[in-house]
Amino acid sequence: MANDDLLLRMRGVEIDGWSDERWHDIIKGVDLSLKHGEVLGLIGESGAGKSTLGLAAMGYARPGTRIKGGEIVFDGQDLRKLSERQKQRLRGSRIAYVAQSAAAAFNPAHTLLDQTTEVAVRRGQLGRKEAEAYARELYAAMDLPNPDRIGDRFPHQVSGGQLQRAMTAMAMASKPDLIIFDEPTTALDVTTQVNVLAAMRKAIEQFGTAAIYITHDLAVVAQMADRIKVLRYGEEVEEADTHTMLTAPKETYTRSLWAVRSLEKPGETSDDKILQIRNVTAAYGKVPVLKNVSIAVPRGKTVALVGESGSGKSTTARVVTGLLPPSRGEVLFDGEPLPPTLAGRSREQLRRIQMIYQMADTAMNPRQTVGEIIGRPVAFYHGASRSEVRARVAELLDLIELDESFSDRFPGELSGGQKQRICIARALAPNPDLIICDEVTSALDQIVQEGILKLLLRLQKELGVSYIFITHDIATVQAIADEVVVMYQGSVVEQGRKEEIFSPPHPDYTELLLSSVPKMEPGWLSQAIAERRQLTP
Amino acid sequence: MTDTTAKTPDEFAPTDAAEEDYSAASEVSQVKLRRTRRERAWLSLRKAPISAWIGMVLIAIYAIVAIFAPLLAPYGEAEVFAQPYAPWSAEHVFGTDQIGRDIFSRLIYGARNTIGIALATTLLAFAIGGGLALTAAVLRGWTDQILSRLVDVLMAIPSLIFALMLLSIFGSSVPSLICIIAVLDSTRVFRLTRAVAMNVVVMEFVEAARLRGEGLAWIMRREILPNIMPPLVAEFGLRFCFVFLTVAALSFLGLGIQPPTADWGSMVRDNASLIQFAQYDLKAALTPLLPAAAIAILTIAVNFVVDWFLHKTSGLKDEH
Repeated sequence: MANDDLLLRMRGVEIDGWSDERWHDIIKGVDLSLKHGEVLGLIGESGAGKSTLGLAAMGYARPGTRIKGGEIVFDGQDLRKLSERQKQRLRGSRIAYVAQSAAAAFNPAHTLLDQTTEVAVRRGQLGRKEAEAYARELYAAMDLPNPDRIGDRFPHQVSGGQLQRAMTAMAMASKPDLIIFDEPTTALDVTTQVNVLAAMRKAIEQFGTAAIYITHDLAVVAQMADRIKVLRYGEEVEEADTHTMLTAPKETYTRSLWAVRSLEKPGETSDDKILQIRNVTAAYGKVPVLKNVSIAVPRGKTVALVGESGSGKSTTARVVTGLLPPSRGEVLFDGEPLPPTLAGRSREQLRRIQMIYQMADTAMNPRQTVGEIIGRPVAFYHGASRSEVRARVAELLDLIELDESFSDRFPGELSGGQKQRICIARALAPNPDLIICDEVTSALDQIVQEGILKLLLRLQKELGVSYIFITHDIATVQAIADEVVVMYQGSVVEQGRKEEIFSPPHPDYTELLLSSVPKMEPGWLSQAIAERRQLTP
Repeated sequence: MTDTTAKTPDEFAPTDAAEEDYSAASEVSQVKLRRTRRERAWLSLRKAPISAWIGMVLIAIYAIVAIFAPLLAPYGEAEVFAQPYAPWSAEHVFGTDQIGRDIFSRLIYGARNTIGIALATTLLAFAIGGGLALTAAVLRGWTDQILSRLVDVLMAIPSLIFALMLLSIFGSSVPSLICIIAVLDSTRVFRLTRAVAMNVVVMEFVEAARLRGEGLAWIMRREILPNIMPPLVAEFGLRFCFVFLTVAALSFLGLGIQPPTADWGSMVRDNASLIQFAQYDLKAALTPLLPAAAIAILTIAVNFVVDWFLHKTSGLKDEH
């Protein structure tokens, strides 16, 4: 009797992936069931098989993978027994998929409305007029501004958050029974994320759609899901309703996932400043990006720059490194003014400021080995001989908790966390005084993030290096910062010791930013939305 | 062979008890198989399609013929015999030409001359075009503007006519032939190299090298060049064919390689009139087509290999 209510039932699903000339297990026999109108959260680190399982719920296997065993029953039909044509008819109309990057999923040559209505019209479910009317209704349900007209715009004419909402509307346009959300808000700013999450949840509730919500962000899933399933290495760790899962997780692994966000250190400050940015104004061409920014970095401490994208955090870093000469103001390093351009700086000045990037993938030359990548700064700045370089590389690898044998590997042979460690080692190689970390953990899984943050803290304690830590993640700030600088639209909103910034009273923008950080309580989203209505009239 | 990466997790496990589950060195659960360069090369060779194999075998044959020409040829390159236009016979396998030189021997020597010149020209074109393109890509700004517009100007003039003009100014010696064709061809190389290098220049590792204070030469050679090699190698194969055809065309027009040096292009021209004897002696009529066929087959062979290489490196993969 209870089975009648089941929309999707997957039993013993096994999926293989092809690499290195043989098949590897990706999903090792996972069960999953979903009732009509229910939202299931799938969480786990990258490589846990979340997306693969999500796609399998549509009977789809990515190229290079195959569904080897088990059954996938959607509304009484076993998807594995249907022909490709029959499955295609289900996809898009009864099962829809919302991908992580909306920008990549929309065709830039067509308007939003055309793309939203395309499936419903082409499948003959609705006439064009009705489909367009329904799309407008969905835009309204997704809280998009001006729902009657926004559909006439092209994807590049709306913001990232709006595009992600339009994509959800597109998925819902054919009135599906099931939507699979694959990390839909990961690429968004926290302040935008809240709105998108709220709109998605509202729409799902309003139309009674069932959903599978895939993410690695626990606080987000706590807001969206009725039940949570934790995956690891292609196997289920545990499953429970959201409340139980948050308050009383059974498995150690789940508890370790939960524990990551609680990393915290007390903020300390000092009057001895290694870097002082004084009244800096900078522009790209004629577009002003920084307006009269002043920031001081105490020696051996960490200053976190927070703010949403476009707030000027990374531009500040470019001014400090000399990539973007400021139009006004100056940068003092260790009491001495720094020449504004890269070409004007001496090798010694360059050596003392190093940088770590967000995407470790593009920050390392894929055709150089780890040994070459880390060894080059040693040879370049210190003119070390070949054997000295080799010894220093081994020492640095040891410092970042990797083995000497890693020095012959290419970046493509490393995991995300290992790559970021190598980038840290490269930055440490010339013994710098200041390291600028630009979103260094935001592309990583939470457990790996924790490892990197602990490493950075340990290195600071051992080597006394100062950090400028650029991030939009407040949990990361809690974990690592001594001082915090809040930036908004190219200006500094607030600056001070972490505890002062994080305790009320706040300027409006800081308040908005702090209130946007998802908390691990099921009721947080509704509460945050209610509070924000008051904040942003 | 595959054991290099397997590490026991506890070897580097942090002392922190809360972290017992985690260690950076053991982060990847399924370690990728590591292969040496030679193993990788052999593996992709084994999977090469039949067309690529045919191409490689043909190129190898041409190379052997070119290198060992004096040993393989029955007569000398410029050795003149009594009878011009001799028919195919046991003494002269493909007969003799208009002044009585053995055509078979000249075909073999022609491989050496024509391929050698084409190869030298292509290498020079890549050195000039590639070098300037990398400079333009790294420095950008005015350097890029000036070089790119210069290349546009050169490309706007029909290259064959331009080459003919320059050859009549500088004379058709082998060095000037190589230089002129190389300069004209380097414009195409410049365009391609600049385009692919632009994609790499914006990567963060190039920025990191700049921040480190690295010089232009290092950034060009060590950071960018290794990352754009695959399209350049593919282009090299194609350019080689075109240079080859240009040299042959210029020789056919009489401004290329000068007699008595044997060259396939001029051999076609010298014996072209034999075609009209097709109704009397089919074999004699085939004679001018032999050097033409030599050119065509090498072009096809190179293209087979290049196609395979392009397919392999462009990331097009067959689905399993």
